Amino acid sequence: MPNEAMRGDARFVPLRCVLMRICAAALLAVAWPVAAAELTGDPARGEELWQECSGCHLIGRDAVDAVGPHLNGLFGRRAAAHGDFPYSDGLVRMGADGLVWDFETLDAYVENPLALVSDTRMGYPGLEDPQERADLLAFVRLYSDSPADIPEAPRTANPSNHDIAPEILALVGDAEYGAYLSSECKTCHQADGSAQGIPSITQWPEDAFVVAMHAYKRKLRPHAVMQMIAGRLNDEEIAALAAYFATIEP
Amino acid sequence: MALNRRNFLGAAATMSATLAAPMVRAQGRPHVVVIGGGCGGATAARYLAKDSEGAIDVTLIEPQRTYYTCFFGNLYIGGFEQYDDLGHSYSTLAAAYGINVIHDLAMGVDKDAKTVTIASGETLSYDKLVISPGIDFLEDSVPGWSLAAQDAMPHAYKGGTQVALLKAQIEAMPEGGRYAMVAPPNPYRCPPGPYERISMVAHLLKETNPTAKILIVDPKEKFSKQGLFEEGWQNHYSGMIERIGPDFGADNTEVDPAAMVINVDGVEEKVDVCNVIPGQKAGWIAHAAGVTDGNWAPVMPDTMRSRLDDHIYVLGDASEQGDMPKSGFSANSQAKVAAMTIRGELTGSRVFPARYSNTCWSLIATEDGVKVGASYEPTEEKIASTGSFISQTGEDAALRKQTYEESLGWYAGITADMFS
Repeated sequence: MPNEAMRGDARFVPLRCVLMRICAAALLAVAWPVAAAELTGDPARGEELWQECSGCHLIGRDAVDAVGPHLNGLFGRRAAAHGDFPYSDGLVRMGADGLVWDFETLDAYVENPLALVSDTRMGYPGLEDPQERADLLAFVRLYSDSPADIPEAPRTANPSNHDIAPEILALVGDAEYGAYLSSECKTCHQADGSAQGIPSITQWPEDAFVVAMHAYKRKLRPHAVMQMIAGRLNDEEIAALAAYFATIEP
Repeated sequence: MALNRRNFLGAAATMSATLAAPMVRAQGRPHVVVIGGGCGGATAARYLAKDSEGAIDVTLIEPQRTYYTCFFGNLYIGGFEQYDDLGHSYSTLAAAYGINVIHDLAMGVDKDAKTVTIASGETLSYDKLVISPGIDFLEDSVPGWSLAAQDAMPHAYKGGTQVALLKAQIEAMPEGGRYAMVAPPNPYRCPPGPYERISMVAHLLKETNPTAKILIVDPKEKFSKQGLFEEGWQNHYSGMIERIGPDFGADNTEVDPAAMVINVDGVEEKVDVCNVIPGQKAGWIAHAAGVTDGNWAPVMPDTMRSRLDDHIYVLGDASEQGDMPKSGFSANSQAKVAAMTIRGELTGSRVFPARYSNTCWSLIATEDGVKVGASYEPTEEKIASTGSFISQTGEDAALRKQTYEESLGWYAGITADMFS
């Protein structure tokens, strides 16, 4: 059953996410903050980084869909809008909500796929280094043929930091407060984890929950209701909800 | 323990003492009585019982054994939902949470004695009372219409049989006949509801009776999601729908149910189906309990506690709280704040700052859904809106389909939050 397969995938990805966080913390200790404004993508270095992507994605002349969709014409395209590729439900939902791939959204997705799409099947842990992301995207955009939609140097030079500050991820949520706050969520999201048109948020790993809610709060994820709900939750309240939903019995 | 004559007598003596003094509850647990088993009442009862884990006795008084949601009633008219799927049982509330569900009518409240009398004659004492009775209709809101005329000219603005009656009347319309709605004045339950209904009636007629016409007689100049509905009507039902507003005398409307005539500012309109949605007020038990001021029951914005009685809370459509629309979503949201507050008062559990939210989805045509919503927080004066959103005109089909599917998810979610 596709649902079963997806749930399995969703469980697997957050584990990688946790590992990534540990690596990130180590890196940040020496390299934070990166002077992001000075970055300009180098497509030649991006092509080297692309080798990691090419196991699943093809790009360039004669590229076809493989494990992942081919990435020609990616910039300016709506998420999950390419042909018949069987995207995850989450990507389809994001596309319907209006997510368009541009430098900023791709930068966020490549940095941490779960920040944008919780159940993405893209088995990629994310690319921490802003310079490497700029390089990779500079390479990928060579294969998008609508220049008007492609950010040129000034945009490339201003990648925002899409990651969540480690101290926010380190917050220990007040699960009892989360239980009260969750009553607002449960008008739509069913506590037992069943989902009809509105996705389950039961038993998510806490960090995935926090990353997703901050992505709504910062309007990276497109959805009017969720942007409004997340918009008035502070860091502690998001942590409280994450702590609660991570542990409830469906 | 074997039952012998001696302790049997003791038990009987205790029992008669209980009967003689209704204020005494088993083992001294606090008792909350909830009047009304809709979005406000069922949610409040469920959260009180669930979260207090037996520390509070909860009694829910609701005359109907099956609750038919008013929301999605329009989708049933349009053919998108089955009637039976809109019915919900209270059995889980009783079985899983120990709520004492009494299917009877609350007849009166004695605020000084803190008791509720029900139609059977029984008197229930309470420590806290939650009143969530929904709406009743204003008499003389539409001259010529009264509850006695609701079979000839249904309001269909409470869930259940009235909605089924209206659908049957529309399906029985002659070819090329005319359906009319007398829309309600503000404030009323579910602001986009009448206009979603127009959309669903149009959808039904387009499929079964495409030369039929729709007339809206509306005392309001503007209405909820107006731009979205008018765009949708143009796209899907062009030439079918006519609306008369107050600029053409719709605020001076009478009906004649026997003749099936609407008189709009002196001009008679003969129609085949007439859906009269009158002006509204709090359900009558709120008035009988003495917690209303005018048509509605004013409440404190931070707790939903009545401004007129410290031990009574009023939820949902019946309450007057500020900026929140009268909707099932709002009532459900308010119920959680009230339940948390009451639990804190009775058991000393933690109390958190109130926050409220609302979203209303409407279906315009097949897979063409729109929504409007806002978040709210209490101020000294009222529940105030802190942010809002609304679907945009010109949205593409994928987003509208997604919005519709989301509304199905919401229906499953809120009914689970009330009854499961």
